[in-house]
Amino acid sequence: MQVHILLFGPAKDLVGAAELELEIPSQATVKDLRASLVKTAPGLTRPLAAVRIAVNNEFAAEDRVIKPGDEIAIIPPVSGG
Amino acid sequence: MIHVALTPERIDTDKVISLVSGDVACGAIATFLGTTRAETCDEHGALVRLEYEAYNDMAEVQMQRLAQQATSQWSLGSVAMVHRTGSVPPGETSVAIAVAAAHRDEAFAACRWLIDTLKQDVPIWKKDVFADGYERWVQPIQ
Repeated sequence: MQVHILLFGPAKDLVGAAELELEIPSQATVKDLRASLVKTAPGLTRPLAAVRIAVNNEFAAEDRVIKPGDEIAIIPPVSGG
Repeated sequence: MIHVALTPERIDTDKVISLVSGDVACGAIATFLGTTRAETCDEHGALVRLEYEAYNDMAEVQMQRLAQQATSQWSLGSVAMVHRTGSVPPGETSVAIAVAAAHRDEAFAACRWLIDTLKQDVPIWKKDVFADGYERWVQPIQ
């Protein structure tokens, strides 16, 4: 299935866009998504270990299954405040 | 009462305090303001501003969650958290937190926890912008 991923902060600058499209198998988990990202967006590879993935506005566990229509975001190390 | 918000405008810190005031069951109000600190770097000159970017929906959800958690953990009367987005020049406020509780121990502890946890778990990022135009994302100390 095709998923739409929101990018923020340094991830957005690295990829050069605020969003990217990714093809992942149905029933893919967040962990599978990371593996797909490494292949599709090599600019993110090194920092990828440090990023968190959010699904529907909450941090997602690695074993969470991604459903069609989920809002997915890459959350690089945050620096608010 | 819980009030969390993001704003692109200058933060009205008096208003943030007034949001947690007026509950006569509370004898303590603790506040935290984060402001842009002036600095100069040999290579790029003076810091002219910080720029904040937020994942707006999730930032509000996370701040709400933190405020609820603090409210139950420390039996707070009220919590207000406001974070600014966009440009924040030196001396101006980027984040304001105010809590009201019956006593000061809870108020101080909750206020401290809220800023510490915001800095770990709320999806907001800041960038240093220097006088020569150089910009860099701030890397948090992990």
